[in-house]
Amino acid sequence: MNLIGLFITSVLAENVVLTKFLGMCPFFGVSKDKEGSFGMGLAVMLVITLSSLVTYFLYNYVLVPSDTEYLRTLLFILVIASFVQLFDIIIKKNFKSLHNSLGIYLPLISTNCAVLGVVLLNIQNKFTLLEVLTYSIGSSFGFMLVIYIFSTIRERLKHAPIIRSFRGLPIAFITAFIMALVFSRYIGA
Amino acid sequence: MKKIIKWLMDENPLFVLCLGLCPALAVTTNFENGYLMGLCVMMVLLLSNITVSLLSRFISDHMRVPAYIMIIATFVTILELLLQTYVEPLSKVLGIYIPLIVVNCIILGRALSYASKHKLKDSILDALKIGLGYTLALGLLGFIRELIGSNTITIMDRISGLTGYVMKYEVFPTNDFIPNALFTSPAGAFLTMGLVLGIINMLRKGDVK
Repeated sequence: MNLIGLFITSVLAENVVLTKFLGMCPFFGVSKDKEGSFGMGLAVMLVITLSSLVTYFLYNYVLVPSDTEYLRTLLFILVIASFVQLFDIIIKKNFKSLHNSLGIYLPLISTNCAVLGVVLLNIQNKFTLLEVLTYSIGSSFGFMLVIYIFSTIRERLKHAPIIRSFRGLPIAFITAFIMALVFSRYIGA
Repeated sequence: MKKIIKWLMDENPLFVLCLGLCPALAVTTNFENGYLMGLCVMMVLLLSNITVSLLSRFISDHMRVPAYIMIIATFVTILELLLQTYVEPLSKVLGIYIPLIVVNCIILGRALSYASKHKLKDSILDALKIGLGYTLALGLLGFIRELIGSNTITIMDRISGLTGYVMKYEVFPTNDFIPNALFTSPAGAFLTMGLVLGIINMLRKGDVK
């Protein structure tokens, strides 16, 4: 498969948030301010890429030869959770300033369905190593892009005159609806 | 009747607490997928609540989250294998959203905040309440999206191999009603969810007055 095509598709037309609904909790929870969503996006990007690589090797060289593919969910969630922990420790030790800005988002990532979702999609689509790399970078970049755009819109929504019952989450969903419409048009008819 | 609705809606995981959004939006393209996904989540929630409330005395505090995730992941794997064997068409449609039940915040949230602190009986009741509320919410979303999006209501189609019945109805005569496929597309999920949330907010305010 064409790698550039795969990258663009995973960022725009098959955006993980807007078409596959992965990572909804941070999408609506964290996206209240710009800086926060940017930090969250970066952290998710790193974790997705690294854990995609590790799970690719684990799946193809440990689970498949030993005929225990059904253990993938258990194993993958373990990999992701320990990755997040490891990552937290390394950043805390070596990059103090980065840890201060990312710190609170890291524990949230292990229960972020975008990570497990992308890892599972890699396996389901039977990607090769290069495709795994492209797809995970692409889809996590898509996550970051969408969550950042969404947070800038939400900052303006705070001051908009909206019917009282629709303030907060309902209008956020409707905003997401318009974004999803725009993104799905990238497929072209 | 009013009491039952209040019991299910007061702490409804989807509409009030806004947890478990990811499967709620992804699989509710028709009524059947919606309520079956809800039932799957309810089953895992029930089993994990039972296990957690029985085992919580033996799990030390700083190992709680990893231990609970492992418990949940085990039940999800069991469910996944069962679905693959007995209702293959369903497991094909729900796809990766079945393993993703592991990271559904509802289940881990209930395990941490309720089941680990309460007795077995209360934990089972809690799981039933939250699970039923979630199933109801997913069913409602699926119902609305399927009705407007494809003018049908599917009660049993993909599980017909198990039950032996196919129940799929057209609602309006085809000449009178043109379905809007937008509602079954991913974007429509956001719209339906936003509208339902807003309308529920409106109704709740009516209650207060």
